[in-house]
This record gives sequence, C-alpha cells and structure tokens, in this order.
Amino acid sequence: MTIQNLIWLIPLPPLLAFGIIVLFTNRWKSVSHSVALAGAGLSWLAGMVVFFRAVGVENLAENPLGSAIDWLPTGDTWLQIGVVIDPVSAVTLFFVAWTILMIFVYSIGYHNFGQPAGDHDHPGMPPHGATIREKKGGMHQVMSIEPMYSRFFALISLFAFAMYLLVVSDNLLALYIGWEIMGFCSYMLIGFWYGKISARNAAVKAFLTTRIGDVFMLLGLVGLYSATGSLNYRAALMNTELMEKLATTSSGVLGLSVAGLLGILIFIGVVGKSAQFPLHVWLPDAMEGPTPVSAMIHAATMVSAGVYLAIRVFPLVSAGWDGHALTPAMTVMAFIGSFTALFAATIALAQNDIKRVLAYSTISQLGYMIAALGVGSFVAATFHLVTHAFFKALLFLGSGSVIHGMEHGVLHTHDKVDPQDMFNMGGLKDKMPFTFWTFLIGGFALSGFPLITAGFWSKDEILSGSFNGGQILVFATLALSALLTAFYTMRQISLTFLGQPRTKAAEHASENKPVMTAPLVVLAVFAVSAGWVGIPKGFPLLGGLIPNWFHEFVGSMLHLEHEAEHGSVIPLLTSLVVALGGLLLGWLVYRNIPAGAKDPMEKLGILYKVFKYKYGIDELYQDVFIRPAVWISEVFSYKIVDKLILDGIIEGIGKAALGFGSALRKYFDLPVINKGLTDGSSMAVRKSGEAIRPVQSGRVQDYMLVAVALVVITGLVGYYLFGRGGM
Amino acid sequence: MIPLSWYLIFAACLFCVGLYGVMARKNAIAILMGVELMLNAVNVNLLAFWRYLWFTKVDGQVFVAIVLVAAAAEAVVGLALIISAYRRRNTVAAEEMDMLKG
Repeated sequence: MTIQNLIWLIPLPPLLAFGIIVLFTNRWKSVSHSVALAGAGLSWLAGMVVFFRAVGVENLAENPLGSAIDWLPTGDTWLQIGVVIDPVSAVTLFFVAWTILMIFVYSIGYHNFGQPAGDHDHPGMPPHGATIREKKGGMHQVMSIEPMYSRFFALISLFAFAMYLLVVSDNLLALYIGWEIMGFCSYMLIGFWYGKISARNAAVKAFLTTRIGDVFMLLGLVGLYSATGSLNYRAALMNTELMEKLATTSSGVLGLSVAGLLGILIFIGVVGKSAQFPLHVWLPDAMEGPTPVSAMIHAATMVSAGVYLAIRVFPLVSAGWDGHALTPAMTVMAFIGSFTALFAATIALAQNDIKRVLAYSTISQLGYMIAALGVGSFVAATFHLVTHAFFKALLFLGSGSVIHGMEHGVLHTHDKVDPQDMFNMGGLKDKMPFTFWTFLIGGFALSGFPLITAGFWSKDEILSGSFNGGQILVFATLALSALLTAFYTMRQISLTFLGQPRTKAAEHASENKPVMTAPLVVLAVFAVSAGWVGIPKGFPLLGGLIPNWFHEFVGSMLHLEHEAEHGSVIPLLTSLVVALGGLLLGWLVYRNIPAGAKDPMEKLGILYKVFKYKYGIDELYQDVFIRPAVWISEVFSYKIVDKLILDGIIEGIGKAALGFGSALRKYFDLPVINKGLTDGSSMAVRKSGEAIRPVQSGRVQDYMLVAVALVVITGLVGYYLFGRGGM
Repeated sequence: MIPLSWYLIFAACLFCVGLYGVMARKNAIAILMGVELMLNAVNVNLLAFWRYLWFTKVDGQVFVAIVLVAAAAEAVVGLALIISAYRRRNTVAAEEMDMLKG
C-alpha cells in the first residue's frame, strides 16, 4: 500500500469502531472497549507510519504527501476532496494520535471497567458505587462501572474519527465536516450524564455557543470559495499571488480587504471552537462531561481544531502583512488572543473546582496561540499547540485520576464531600505518587518551568515572537498572564497534593490502577520531551546543541518568514522570571492550607469576587441574550403570536367552517339531496324493478324464446334494410 | 352433383327441428338432444360450404372436428349437470328449474 492510500485510511478505523459498537457490540462492555481501542490503535499506527514517512520527505512543505479525488460535480468542474500531510498536519497528526490513544486507554480505568454494577445506577447518571458483601458478614462500598460504558466508547470513537478527518483533509470543506461532527460529539459527550440538569444545560450551551462561531465560519468559507473558486489549502490559501490580490481588493465592509473580511469571519469560527472571549463561556461548563471527555475536547481535539484552523488560514489572515504593521485581521487576533489569555488566567486564580481551573487555563493557553498567530509567530503558535496538547491532556487525565481517587475515598469513608473541590483535598502526594509526579510535570510544563519542560520552550518562543515583532503591549499582557498561570498552577498543585489532608475522604484516597496511570506516564514523557525539538538557535548555552528541527520543519510552510531572529534576552529573562516567580509565590501562599481555612485569595477583596464569578459574563449573557430570547419565545411567540393570533385565526376558520357545514346539512343536504334526489331515485329504481320483475321467469326456455325471437327480428330487419339491395 | 342449396335446406330443417326440441320439450335431456341436433345442422352447413367453395384447403374439416369435440364436451358437462340437478331436486323438468325467478 502506498503512503498516499494509507493517509486516507487513518480516520477510518474509529468510524468503523463507532458503527460496530452502536450496531452490534453495545451489550458487551469488554468487546466494545476492545473494538474502540483497536480502532484508535490502528489509527495511531497508521498515523505514526505516515508521520515518520513525512518527516523523512525532503522539503515536505513543497511536496506534501497526499492525493485527491473528484467528489462533487459543480457545473463544469469538480469539487475535489483529498488528503494531505504537510508539516503542519504532520505534527498535528502526531500529537492527536498519541493523546487520543492515551485517552482511550485511560477511559477504561476511568469508567471502572471490571468493577461490579452499581446498586442504584441508572443510564444518564454518574455511577454511585456498589456495595460488596464480604464473607465474614461485613460490607463495604466500591466504585461501580459506568452504566453506559459502550455508548461512551462509541461516541469517543466517532469523535476521534472527526478529528483525524479534520487533520488529514486537504481542504476547508472536509475540515468543516470533521469540525461539525466534533461539535455534535461534544454535545453528546458533555451531556453524557444527561440525567443531570447541569450536564444537559452545559451540552446545549456548548452546542449553541460554538454554533454562533460556526455560522460565521461557514460564511467565511462560502466567501472564500466564491472569491478563489477553491477551498483547497494549496490552491487557495497558499497561493501567494491570489492572497495578494484578495488583500488589495476592498470588500466594502468596514474598509476591510476581502482577505481581511474572510479571515475575520473564519476567525470567529475559531473563537467559538477554541473558546476565545467572548464565546468562551461554554468551555468551563463543558466540565460536566466525564473527565476523559474534558481531556479529549479541551486538549487533544476540539479546541486544538480551532487553533489548527487558525494556523491553516494564517496566509489569508496575514495577506498583505509586510512584517511590521499588522493587518486588521491579525490585530483582531492579537487583541482577542492576548485579552483572553489574561482574562481567563485571572478567573482561574479563584476557582476551587480542580477541572474548572484547568478549563480556564486551557482558554488562557489557547489565547496564547491565537495571540502568537496575531503577531505573526506562526511557528511558535504551532509549537505551543503541540506541547499544550500533551501537557493539557496530561493535566486533565491527572485531575481525573485525582477525582477518581477522591471518589474512592468518599465511598470508603461515607464522607460526602465534593471530590472535585481542591479545598477538600491536600496531602495526596503520598497517597497517589504516580498521579502526583505526572501532574507536577504537567503543571510545570503549563507554567513554563525553565529548560526542562516543553511548555517553557513554546511559551518562550511566543513571548520572544511578540517582543521581537514589536508588539510590546501583547508581550506585556502575555507575560503577565504567564505569571498568573504559574501562580494558579502552583496553587492547584499545592492545594491538591501538598500539606495535610483536609477531609477524611482525602485521607483515604488511593492510587488508581495502571490502566489509568500508564497513559499519564506516557503523556508526561511527551510533556517534557516535546519541547526539545524546538530549542531556538540563538538560545544561550543550549541553542544549537539540538537542531531546531521544529522551526525548520513547520516554518517551511510559509514562503515569507517574517519572524525576527532571537536577538534580545529580555523575553527570555521575562519568561524565566514569571515562571519561577509565579511558581514560588504559589508555593509560598498555598503550601500548607489547614482544613476549613479560607482561600488566601479572598484578601484581594472585590477582585477575588470578580474573578470568582468570572466577571459576570455568564450572568450578562443570561440577562442580555437568554432571558430576552426566553421571554420572546414564551410571551411573545407562544402566548401572543401562537395562542392569540394564530390559534385565533385557525380556530375561527374552524368554527366558521363548522357553522357553514351544519347549515348546509340542515337546509340543503337533508331536504334536497336526501329527500328529493336520493330517496326519489331509489324509489324509482325500486318501482321499475318491480315492474320488470316478471320478465325474469327463471325458465331457460323462456329466455331462449326471447333470444330466438330477437335473432329472427334482427335478421329480418337487417335483411330488409341492407340485404335486398346487395343481393 | 347435388346442388349446394339442397344441403342448406336440409341443414335449415335439421336446425329447426333441434330448435323446436330445445324450446318445446320439458325434459332437460331432450333439450340437450335438441342442442346436439342444432350443432349437427351447423356441421352440415360447414361441410357443404367447404366442399363447394373451399375444397383445396382443410379449414372446414378442422372446424367441424372442433365443433364435434366441443359438442361432445358440452354433452358430458350438460349430462353431469342434469344428473346433479336430478339428485338434488328429484326432477329433470326444465320448467321446474326456476330458482333464478325474479
């Protein structure tokens, strides 16, 4: 099989797994997860083969691997779809394949495979635990298996299919298809425990919020197609002359060029999918889903897909950029990205739910990538996308492991505390060593701990990119949010793992099975080593020891590389100071919080309140958009338009018709039709029948007589009329 | 050679005899016999016309053979019906078989 055909086959196994589980194996839990795992494993294998072949290709950006087929006839031409592996999709494929496989493995443990069925578990609710009777007569509670185990694996398989499709596609249309399938899967998975009202609301919120972005994105795609006649990356987006033309043609909207307008429209889709301000509200609520889903959506796939799209349309956004003054679309991206990075980081400071902190940090880190693209650091954004996917998947799975261990403690001690609240934890370092060490690595990578972790290299590259690009405001905002990131990460690590246990449940928390900890270890390896492929050349001491492979590989995508050389040490010093300073500060403040103590953050007073309640954005949307919409639908649409006007018209017509009908019946039907026509005609038929009745004697010979007589008469008549003349 | 008209007159007479039998007899078997006479009159006609006007072909003879077969089949069915009717009603008089009287 050629490598081109293999690329086509990458997305296929998870789709087959989805079909098989849904149609055939959903009753057998172990078969279902085996099928899903086999699907993910095959895709992973194919992905790795393709990745390493792609790395070996000379000048991959110019000669990408891939093929295309005619798909839809559009008038005289054909709409082609195809697959392509160029440097960007190759590195994306690499981290997508690894994180998806790890998440699949982890899910088996997270959903308590091998545990007994719960006492009161229902489909649509998280498992509540099962009671085990011991031989000696005692009983104790253990975790119970997820009731909709097979359904979960079917859905994440579909999700994996959509992500692979999006990555290998060579055009924006197939990307959009994968994008929307993921939107659907995320709706299904956030609302996986649909028995909880909060999960249902979160699912609807996620779906509708991303839909807003998707509508604009679709507009952008349609616009791009009509402007260029193609949605193919190479034919449309990487065609420099075409982009130049679009950049100089005015669109007539707000003084933007066509390229700028389309770039901003597509960017709004990115804002929805990657949860950028102001469409970020769905992502924290999406934590209602099972933790592997959070890892899947918030690290490996969906939000990455947003940034991936932003990277793909970068040539469109940056069309007309000369390396100094940003284009309007880039300005929008830089502003939204850096604002979101800071904004989400401040909210994360005051969250107590371990997963919510990570959710806001994801929003913040995605803001980093968008800001990096906004200032033109194309490679740095891609680099951060890769490293972030690894360490954020690690952190989410680690937090899931913590929650799982805490739930174990809750069941064991009957101490009904919230297993996700970090103030109920503490001292888990010794209870859950694997989780602690891997979480520490992930957290340090997120904070950008110098030299060792992957996050440092990618973040440093973004900071120096914005500094060297002359965007000092963006640089300062990102540096400040990096400080906050390090601080809240250390706050999270300290509250969760350090100090003394603050509840009985935390005292009895226990480490999880290897099926959950092994993926953590694998991801931790990547969270460290993924950074080594992109150490900048100009870096003191280390620079040049390992060639900056990533920069050359991904950077070859763009014909014009505007990124300045790493001349200044200011960004480096800044990233060192903010990372170490934030971590140290967090450790000092939170290293030993006793049980029942207040969050030291509350000393910030009003600011703490603002952060805690997320700037009231949710409430604002509730009041500005949702309440009026509900009011319009309930009062205006339902009561006034529907009940009063439409029902009035319909019922009026109905009543009028009924009255007309009964009048007709009374004055026309009964006297005229019934009496006159119907009864009269039936009477006439009856009378005539009685009159002719004697003719039917029933004797054959009488009939014969009539027949013979008729024949004779007919013959005579015929003879006299026609016969004689002819004879 | 006997002229054609003689045959035709004979056949007409035979037909009228049969017709009279069918119309006037009470016994259903006799009526059936009348029908056979009428069929045979037709056969005579067919053969006469064939012999005088259509001698080179065999069509006429074929027709006659078919009519004979049909007559035989008809006699079989008719007699079976009559026997069946007799068993039920204990009579073969055509007048009394008037169940279809209106």
